[in-house]
Amino acid sequence: MAESDVTPIDGVAVEINGVEVIAHKGELLIDAAERTGTYIPRFCYHERMNPVGMCRMCLVEVDTGRGPALQPSCMLECTPGMKADTESAVTKKAQDGILEFLLANHPLDCPVCDKGGECPLQDQTMAYGPGESRFVEEKRHKEKPIPISDLVLLDRERCILCDRCTRFAKEVAGDPLIHFIHRGNNTEVNTFPDEPFASYFSGNTVQICPVGALTSSTYRFKARPWDLETTESTCQTCSVGCRISIDSSRDQVQRFAGVDIDPVNWGWLCDKGRFSSEVVTSDARLSEPLVRDGSGLVPAKWSDALNRFAKALDNASSAQSIGVIGGSRLTNEDAYAWSKFFKGVLATDNVDAQLGDGLPAHVVLGLPSATIDEVCAPGGTVLLLGPDVKEELPVLFLRLRHAAVEDRVTIVEVSPRSTGVTSLTKASVHPRPGETADVVAALMSSAAIDREIAGVAAAELEAARAALAAATGPITVVLGRASLAESASVTVAAASAILAARPDTTFLSALRRSNVRGALDMGLAPGLLPGRVTLEDGAEWYSEVWPSMPAAVGLDTEGILRAAADGRIDVLVLLGADPLSDFTDADLAERGLTGARTVLSVDTALNPSSKRADIVLAAAGFAEKAGTTTNIEGRVSTLSQRVTPPGTARADWMLAAEVSTRLGTDLGFESFGDVLAEISAVAPAYLALDQAIAEGSPDGVMLPLDVVVIIDEDDEDIVIVDETVTVSQDGAEVDVTADVVVDDADAADSESTEGLIEIIADDADVAGSMPPFVQFTPIQMVTAPPVDSYSFRLVASRKLYDQGTLVQSAPSLAPLAPGSTVSLNPWEFDRLGVATGGRAIVRTAKASVNVTVQSDSGVPRGVAAMIVNQADGRVSDLVSADELVAEVRIETAP
Amino acid sequence: MITDAPRIITSRFDNADSFTLSGYEATGGYQALRKALGMGPAAVADEVKTATLLGRGGAGFPAGVKWGLAPENVWPRYLVVNGDESEPGTYKDRLLMERDPHQLIEGVLLACYAIGCGQAFLYVRGEMPLAQERIAAALNDAYAAGYIGKNILGSNFSVDIVLSWGAGAYIVGEETALIESLEGNRGMPRLKPPFFPAAKGLYMQPTIVNNVETLSNLPWIVTNGGEAFAALGAETSRGTRMFAVSGHVKNPGVFEVEYGVTTFRDLIYAPQYAGGILGDRALKAYIPGGASAPWFFEEHLDLPLEKVTVDRAGSMLGSGAVVVMDETTDAVKACLRVVRFFARESCGKCAPCREGTTWLEKILQRIQDGYGRPSDLDLLMDVSDNISPGIAWPPKQTTICPLGPSAVSPIASALQRFRPEFEARIAQAEEARHSVPVNISKVSSHG
Repeated sequence: MAESDVTPIDGVAVEINGVEVIAHKGELLIDAAERTGTYIPRFCYHERMNPVGMCRMCLVEVDTGRGPALQPSCMLECTPGMKADTESAVTKKAQDGILEFLLANHPLDCPVCDKGGECPLQDQTMAYGPGESRFVEEKRHKEKPIPISDLVLLDRERCILCDRCTRFAKEVAGDPLIHFIHRGNNTEVNTFPDEPFASYFSGNTVQICPVGALTSSTYRFKARPWDLETTESTCQTCSVGCRISIDSSRDQVQRFAGVDIDPVNWGWLCDKGRFSSEVVTSDARLSEPLVRDGSGLVPAKWSDALNRFAKALDNASSAQSIGVIGGSRLTNEDAYAWSKFFKGVLATDNVDAQLGDGLPAHVVLGLPSATIDEVCAPGGTVLLLGPDVKEELPVLFLRLRHAAVEDRVTIVEVSPRSTGVTSLTKASVHPRPGETADVVAALMSSAAIDREIAGVAAAELEAARAALAAATGPITVVLGRASLAESASVTVAAASAILAARPDTTFLSALRRSNVRGALDMGLAPGLLPGRVTLEDGAEWYSEVWPSMPAAVGLDTEGILRAAADGRIDVLVLLGADPLSDFTDADLAERGLTGARTVLSVDTALNPSSKRADIVLAAAGFAEKAGTTTNIEGRVSTLSQRVTPPGTARADWMLAAEVSTRLGTDLGFESFGDVLAEISAVAPAYLALDQAIAEGSPDGVMLPLDVVVIIDEDDEDIVIVDETVTVSQDGAEVDVTADVVVDDADAADSESTEGLIEIIADDADVAGSMPPFVQFTPIQMVTAPPVDSYSFRLVASRKLYDQGTLVQSAPSLAPLAPGSTVSLNPWEFDRLGVATGGRAIVRTAKASVNVTVQSDSGVPRGVAAMIVNQADGRVSDLVSADELVAEVRIETAP
Repeated sequence: MITDAPRIITSRFDNADSFTLSGYEATGGYQALRKALGMGPAAVADEVKTATLLGRGGAGFPAGVKWGLAPENVWPRYLVVNGDESEPGTYKDRLLMERDPHQLIEGVLLACYAIGCGQAFLYVRGEMPLAQERIAAALNDAYAAGYIGKNILGSNFSVDIVLSWGAGAYIVGEETALIESLEGNRGMPRLKPPFFPAAKGLYMQPTIVNNVETLSNLPWIVTNGGEAFAALGAETSRGTRMFAVSGHVKNPGVFEVEYGVTTFRDLIYAPQYAGGILGDRALKAYIPGGASAPWFFEEHLDLPLEKVTVDRAGSMLGSGAVVVMDETTDAVKACLRVVRFFARESCGKCAPCREGTTWLEKILQRIQDGYGRPSDLDLLMDVSDNISPGIAWPPKQTTICPLGPSAVSPIASALQRFRPEFEARIAQAEEARHSVPVNISKVSSHG
């Protein structure tokens, strides 16, 4: 049934070019027209921003009962009986006129303009404009491109003053650093003097510019649009999962651009994601495997490197003497292949995708989950209990900002210091590090708070409590690690307290690394198996498809590094991991790497840790391999191959299969599709995923799928079909055709089977054999050590740009890392004798660092805030992994 | 017809202390406020309705009706006083603010009382320092005397009046741009619909925007009654009105005349008004109501200064600025001068005005400079048509606000009436160009 056959309950009947269409109530004419097949040209209108009606390109003749008149269709809500004519002589004349005006002062430098070929002004001039201009005067002249930030350049001659970039900066990003200046014909977009457009989202202005006025430093003059080949993929810079397009030319990635999908990024990207296109083509990329000889790491043949890699693992004294760290940058298929190899072939459970900077797997996978849309649902209430979202998950920040500014969402923040979200919150409290859970427990109570807790005044706490208590429905929590100097158990205890008080709460875990959620889903954590099941529950289920199985729950990254430091790890495998830079306790990481007998690395580029490895396998990276990825919500979306990997670098799943074969076990994978098919067949939360992916939803797929699991008793095959299958009324027996998903090794060969099947739920035996999903295990409150008034509690948080391999591999982003500082409340300056810009020594029992002092009133008194993984003065030198909080002394540097 | 109607709003202009509180109180000041407080808001509003006071800002919308447009029971609502008088040739509001600020303040108080506003904003043009100074002093004095503030004159009526200065943009005289400017943004107009100030104005609250002269009439209307006001004038145009006459006249100035009955001829030629044209030369054209208005000529002199009559004749009384051009005036130059004003004052928000007005200016400048082409006259008309489709009166617009079409008026008027002058200028230019000897040696030296 066609959509237009049904009048929506709140529909509005309007006539567009003589055809009646049904508009939604409140829908703008320009949208209603486009939705029903009539495109009205426009420049300033952007569907994700408030209309301003400035460019006048969308003028159409509209009759609302008082005779036809030209009206901007981007500002006009459909009203019953409205008649619009987008093709009348008057409309055409107006379109001609507006385009001639816009072109009057627009330089016709299209042949050298980056936008030429994909330029809305060019396209719409061809489609709707006059053939030539009658403007013979001198055009406006301005200095050719001026940099308005480190990443964006502005050519004011090309600008048509549509207000898109300036509106984006003000309304969407909340960084109103570019603005119209001057007046009339001299109007131009510019920054304020000496204040660059230093926004984490500046690249979006380049993408939405309808002319070539804004260009990015990374893409200028690199390619022509008609030479570009484009593929959709999913950004892997952080774990939000923004949908992007990858443009390549001559087998080289040229740029990324945001793709608008409703549930996640709305077309926006952060600059780190957008300009990480440079990482793909970085000089630092490995193009061949390396092995260590007397002189260091030297290039090797693949056969040699793989043989030595396999032999090293084979020589390990026991499964327990193998440790595997990393996997968060992999595709789901890569992660599954390694998971199957290490857990199902080598039977080691010392596997952890996180580096002590995340949350335990049972927390991430086991808590009742909320999607981004659910967190940002209009009128809702959100508790932020994690990192600075603006620094770590920037596009989630944009969604939260929109929710707070436009959709009446109440945000309450509990964080050790103020963040980029603080200005959007209804209440923001900053408990002493280590005591967050006490504050959260108090905020959940129904009684008013009348005492100070964890250094937060009663009035502030009561304001936050009241804001949460005023929520009309269940609240959502964005949960993560606000400070890496604070144990994860503090966050877990806080989540436990929330769930105990408000069981209907749902959580969005704010983990940072690209596919950390997928890695956990694929079992790359101790005690876990693919598909969100525990080793204990899932061992029997997997015993049919995996040749071996770990005997007991293994070690996490901290445990592996400790064991290695103690000489109990023979082989330490780094799957794209850099514990020396990223593990929260640098000293332990150093001792672990030194203590491991052999270090193996699989990576796209060398990092401080893999430089210490004995063998490094060159892996294919983003845009170089197909696969799937899972974002923080648990949404699975596709990754696409756009270019060939450098040199002979290969996808991780291939490497896992190669190494496994050398150890005598065929993993059974010949393509990434084989891996996906096996995941879809055996990983409980991922059942039938391949079918859903094949259906190709650009929005991605939320798991688990709502599927009917049925079993063919005759063949003892487990068969899965989706919910659209008709089941007979008695629910007992029905004939269907379905893919055989699992039986034995030959299963992949059988196309389909037809037989008598039965709903699995009716079969106690089979239903019982499917393992349950991981459950969250609440913990008791943690107790922070008493406050030492001579010390400061350390808060170690991230900035968007750091010394990580990704940022440092992108030449445009690398210089943006701010460097190491210690931020203190200005009230502390006098007693410490320090001053803004001066140097101070931050000292713990094990180490000290010498850093620049910054004044920051968003840092509470008694707290020293530092940034993780910056040059000169690493926070991880100060932190001990086994302590709940880090206490530091601060002295003036001599 | 010249009448002996009383001077309603300029009655104190001849007093040396007209701008002081004592001077104002000595001449009946703030008596209307006292009277109004005894009448009740509805009765005050009724008196203004009875008076059929037309807005004196330019559009001429009845003030009483405008007040009624604010949606009921939506609070707070604001009164904004438009004192950003910037139309070339218009200088009546400035005099009202400089010479009788208390009359305006009393008018503001009466309007607030009638509408139910607790807060009024006085927006005064940035280039009027004396007006700002005197209004600021008057506000302070009136606050001190208890005329403004909490519980005015012991009643339960309270109003605060905020004084705000403009920053030098003509467009801010447009009410939605004025509101943007008041909010601290760039002075750029908002789109109507949906942003009709009466419904969604200052801070998105119902807002009544009234002109200085309009409000200055209120004390007299309340004191003498709406009927007394309506007894003056003719047709829709009642009471008296200030007209600013400038240009080639012997006695330029602002004159308060009876509205609706006095004619243009009276205003321009009567000895007590502008006193006739300089050197007794012949009239070429005159702008009847500010630079935005289409021009009038000899045959329009006997039209009365009456809103509807002038509208029907194809122009408007607008802001009450009459600019007289005598027979020596260069039509091309005059047209260029007015168009240049609008091009320079375009805010830059919408494309047709930003690009179109400047383009028109450039074409006219080219003609004026002797580089005109015969096709330029049709081009002028077509570019004008793309700003103001049909070049009709009242104008249609592809722009957001009427500023763009304002630049079209002088072109349409001048070309319609004085096209031969433009053609002659262009022909002269062509001829001059063709007679310039080509410097052969200079060209060939490149070889």
